[in-house]
Amino acid sequence: MRPYKPKDNVQKKSYYTDRFWVAPRIPEESVEDEVYKADLESLAKAVNYKKAYIMRGQLVIIIDAKDNVATLKHLKEECGYEVLSEMSAIDYLAQDGEFEIFYQLLAMSKRRRIRVKCRIKENEAIESVEPIFRSADWSEREMYDMFGIKVNNHPNLKRILMPEDWVGYPLRKTYPLHGDEAAQWYEVDKIFGKEYRDIIGPEQRDPAYVSTTDTCNFARIHHEVPRCADPNSEPEKIEVFNDDALLTETFDLKKAKIVDRNR
Amino acid sequence: MQQRNRLEPYFENLAFERDDNTMVVNFGPQHPSAHGQLRLILEMEGEQIKKAHPDIGYLHRGMEKMGENMIYNEFLPTTDRMDYIAATANNYAFALAVERLLGIEDKVPRRAKVIRMMLLELNRIISHLFWLATHALDVGAMSVFLYCFREREYAMDLMEDYCGARLTHSAVRIGGVPLDLPPGWLDHLNVYLQKLPDQIKLYEGLLTENRIWRMRLEEVGVIPPEMAKQWACSGIMLRGSGIEYDIRKEEPYELYDEVDFDIPVSDRCDSYGRYLLYMEEMRQSIRILRQLIPMYKETEPELMAHAPEYISAPKEDIMTQNYSLMQHFVLVTQGMRPPVGEVYAPTESPKGELGFFIRSEGEPYAYRMKIRAPSFWHTGILQDLLPGHYLADVVTIIGSTNIVFGEIDR
Repeated sequence: MRPYKPKDNVQKKSYYTDRFWVAPRIPEESVEDEVYKADLESLAKAVNYKKAYIMRGQLVIIIDAKDNVATLKHLKEECGYEVLSEMSAIDYLAQDGEFEIFYQLLAMSKRRRIRVKCRIKENEAIESVEPIFRSADWSEREMYDMFGIKVNNHPNLKRILMPEDWVGYPLRKTYPLHGDEAAQWYEVDKIFGKEYRDIIGPEQRDPAYVSTTDTCNFARIHHEVPRCADPNSEPEKIEVFNDDALLTETFDLKKAKIVDRNR
Repeated sequence: MQQRNRLEPYFENLAFERDDNTMVVNFGPQHPSAHGQLRLILEMEGEQIKKAHPDIGYLHRGMEKMGENMIYNEFLPTTDRMDYIAATANNYAFALAVERLLGIEDKVPRRAKVIRMMLLELNRIISHLFWLATHALDVGAMSVFLYCFREREYAMDLMEDYCGARLTHSAVRIGGVPLDLPPGWLDHLNVYLQKLPDQIKLYEGLLTENRIWRMRLEEVGVIPPEMAKQWACSGIMLRGSGIEYDIRKEEPYELYDEVDFDIPVSDRCDSYGRYLLYMEEMRQSIRILRQLIPMYKETEPELMAHAPEYISAPKEDIMTQNYSLMQHFVLVTQGMRPPVGEVYAPTESPKGELGFFIRSEGEPYAYRMKIRAPSFWHTGILQDLLPGHYLADVVTIIGSTNIVFGEIDR
């Protein structure tokens, strides 16, 4: 029987986990810091945030996905968080059928960092924050490229890192590490056409492909066997033909001196 | 019969297209001054740029995906390949993020901290020298390139003496450093630090008051402070616009709050101001390194943090104590399991704010690893920065943003 492999998360997993293992959690501390407290009070006037806590020294605010523009606008204009240093998503499709989107903000005047998080369903779109933070232009494109999350009212929502005709979204947990079918044949399909897949075959497609039955490639250097012979049979003696070539000297193992250690 | 354009073979790299009154020029992705695989699609009116589309992704290796499929220690050498000019800065940013996630940031021994800071500042000097060399070469000053690479070579020799590698160091580990400084290393460093200020003076003598250099750099690539904030600029791109923010000073990590150094700021906002900052930052790095030498001598010889559930015990313990050996075996084969949670750790790399966002679900593999590389936004800003400039300035602006494609495409 083949071992069961979940289809919704094909990423690498630990091969052994103790059955009584319970992973510890980083505590979600309550907000004690004065600056963060003031920010939260100010934010509460503009939007209804769901939850706020401190994790490893940074404030995390969880909001509703439809409030993202209002929240970020308020944080920028009223609280001084004027740099969006990072934003992206986390794939929780296997667990909850949702993406978690996070915005990492920085207030340079207060030396504080905030992470604003929200969740959306797989086929939902999120509103673009590009009008507030110009840097979201490329981050949202990257998020779309990697997760396939649509962003409403984005000025130029195209793939950024992958080619524009790429199939699939690489950072989803369902995307295999060695690429899916379309990824493996991408170059062949593009240069020769789909009908050439059979003619070219996986050996020719992948320059790093090493066949164990191959008898005449670099993988078997010094262990060459006759063509099409069993690779485990006795290696063939390779004659060197350019013995009398000008300025070259054939390496002879018998004459070579083997030193015990490096100087 | 119409004659073929005789210039065509000499511009193989540039594809010309005409579209109404504007011309579309394809700059790269194999252009020597694009600092890697940057493809710029420029819409030009005569010599002036009307629109610019930076096209990236030619060096995309899926590092974030790799980070989700490797145990934490396994991923560390991969980070070398991001900003390959200053590999230790990446190693350190990753190590710091994992240490914060594990909560063992304070357990890192003092000697390891001092060595890490030495490596980081040495890498900053290497990176800035490399930047100056290539930038000057792009703008047309050949000899600066040769001088800078000579000094950079000495710094790389120091790195090689320490960790054996010149470019991809992996010299920082999660929880400390693997090796102590070899005997005589500090003397070599001292000699280097004595020589370098004179060399910086030499570069400045060649460039600072050079008429051509000033004409090519002044008033070129002006980033107003508002634009720098909008585009999440960091590092010298931010301080070149008159905003004083250095993560080493504002959110200190390691022992940066114990050493004395200044943050140079320029409100010129142009490429020339940024050039001045790079020169001054090298001097500040020298200053930090000079203070670190006596600090090193006062430390205890311990190098790795003591956190047996996450970090392997020292070699002596592994070889003599059964339980340490078992823990080491589990950590190597299965990997450490950080607590469930997430962390974002920013550091000041030579290019700007380099941060790792790690989401852990308690597994030995990160659930999500987002790498915040400064060059990504410094490339994005080109689409707002380039319009209005002339084609010849494109090379200067790309140079002064100090982008490196290993970390843009990741």
